[in-house]
Amino acid sequence: MIALLIRDLRLAVRAGGGFGLGLAFFLIVVVLVPFAVGPRADLHRVIAPGVLWLGALLACLLSLDRIFALDHEDGSLDLLATAPLPLEALTCIKALAHWLTTGLPLVLAAPVLGVLMNLPAPGYVPLILSLALGTPALSVIGTFGAALTVGVRRGGLLMSLLVLPLYVPTLIFGAEAARRGADGLSYSTPLIMLAGITCGTIALLPFASAAVVRVNLR
Amino acid sequence: MASLWEYANPRKFIATSDRVLPWVGAGALVSLTVGLIWGFFFTPEDYRQGASVKIIYLHVPAALMAINAWLMMLVASLIWIVRRHHVSALAARAAAPVGAVMTVIALVTGALWGQPIWGTWWVWDPRLTSFLILFLFYLGYIALWSAIEDGDTAADLTSVLCLVGSVFALLSRYAVLFWNQGLHQGASLSLDKKENVADVFYLPLLVCIAGFVLLFVALVLMRTQTEIRARRMRALLARERML
Amino acid sequence: MLLSAENLSVSRGGIAVLEGVTLALAPGQALILRGPNGAGKTTLLRTLAGLQPLLKGTLQADEGALVYAGHADGNKGALTVRENLEFWAAIFGGGDVHPAMDTYALASLADRPAAQLSAGQKRRLGLARLIVARRAVWLLDEPTVSLDTAATAMFVAAVRAHLDAGGSAIIATHIELGLDEAAVLDITPFKARVTALDDFDEAFL
Repeated sequence: MIALLIRDLRLAVRAGGGFGLGLAFFLIVVVLVPFAVGPRADLHRVIAPGVLWLGALLACLLSLDRIFALDHEDGSLDLLATAPLPLEALTCIKALAHWLTTGLPLVLAAPVLGVLMNLPAPGYVPLILSLALGTPALSVIGTFGAALTVGVRRGGLLMSLLVLPLYVPTLIFGAEAARRGADGLSYSTPLIMLAGITCGTIALLPFASAAVVRVNLR
Repeated sequence: MASLWEYANPRKFIATSDRVLPWVGAGALVSLTVGLIWGFFFTPEDYRQGASVKIIYLHVPAALMAINAWLMMLVASLIWIVRRHHVSALAARAAAPVGAVMTVIALVTGALWGQPIWGTWWVWDPRLTSFLILFLFYLGYIALWSAIEDGDTAADLTSVLCLVGSVFALLSRYAVLFWNQGLHQGASLSLDKKENVADVFYLPLLVCIAGFVLLFVALVLMRTQTEIRARRMRALLARERML
Repeated sequence: MLLSAENLSVSRGGIAVLEGVTLALAPGQALILRGPNGAGKTTLLRTLAGLQPLLKGTLQADEGALVYAGHADGNKGALTVRENLEFWAAIFGGGDVHPAMDTYALASLADRPAAQLSAGQKRRLGLARLIVARRAVWLLDEPTVSLDTAATAMFVAAVRAHLDAGGSAIIATHIELGLDEAAVLDITPFKARVTALDDFDEAFL
């Protein structure tokens, strides 16, 4: 299992691995928002938590199709499925690798982009906390979506259509926590709900993802 | 007594549904005609809402069926996963577009109703938002069915999606409630009569709901027959190639 | 018996392609599958490997006795030859990758990224994976594609060494490997018969 994780991380940072693309996308989305809504600092301050959450979510979504598609193309998914590693573990590792290469950098970059968006000072801690708690759920749910569409050629658009509705609860609680924090309110309730969703998805969705990969391979 | 699962045989299903369909269709037609005419022309206008209250006869049954169609798909998906009856998977596939249209009807009539009452076409009210999310789930489900060529693979994948989607739809419902307390009135119908609409509106509404249920059953039966025949055609073509 | 299948029916896309296949492999035995394109060799191998459910029949194999090699090698172009092999070795429970590299003359290429290998070299890397997997039964689908004569000889030698060590192999191939001790199974006679139109039931036929 560790070997698979190391391989996926290694592949992500080597040439053509796409590491950092999600981060760059996040940066560009956040930079584009002020162009779209106008240079009004008061408005930016209000929408900052939502924009940062949405940007992180879209950056996560963009990198999902790499999770299984490349392994499916070059045949290693077939070989991994016949290897002694259970598919459930495989999907867990895939999601973890995705989070380490996409979600974690987003969490770390979010405060910097918060400065660009005039995020109020009390909003930084809840923003980082909510992203740190929420992005694992995004990776796990995304892995399920990627597993569903692994057999579909050019399934990127279809995957977005399947995954985005599943992202709704995570987005609501995550952005709500960040928003309440930025407004100086107590944000523990949405944060706890977010943590609950993340734990639930990590516990259950890998089974669904593994079942779906199995169906797609036959 | 014959087992219920006999009807899971495609041929038996088509024979039986052929016999049932005219009755269900006629029932739907009659009860919808009676219910809508009764509701539109023979009920008093609400003292606050005026004539616009009458959209209730479309809005409430459509909203009910939008949810029930998804529940039916969930049950059919479970049957497919557990017992692998093809008709069950195809019935789930057949119900999805019907459910999606019901969701659209509920959303559009809701907007038409909301305009004069709340003064706006759309509010991000929990109920409305939940229905919008439900509509997105329908879209994803339908898209996945049409993206995958092999029938059994598509049935397996969409069943899992339906199961996972149901959990997330429920989660979204509570998330949305948490996110925004709404304008929408409480349930129009409930079993403990406290909140119910007045009796004059109640009876024609029940008739309309019965009409929508029958309409839904008729449409799903018809569409399932079509799916079975399409599937049989593909099986025959494949057989032809093997000869 | 390392692997035995009895009265096996396999399907592709929901349609039966082979039926009544019976085969057994004892340690040290090799079996060569023959049959024209589209006969169902790949489907049979994938079913034996557990990637596809079987339609009918029984299949017995030791848990974790099989290793499968399909048309695609599963190499990662961004990883070097050594990294690719070490990854598969780790997945299959660890072990030294040097014997495998020596068998297929990959030692001089060890630090080259797999993307820069020629087609034949990539194939050799894919076959070397079988050795590091250290599994008893090899299921090989067209293993000699894009191999030259020398490399084919390496492959045959590797199979012989594997058989001598008590392993076994099922090889679907069109060429003469010169592996005379192997039994040959022509799967053409097992082609699934078309079922009668009358029993229109679950399978819609």
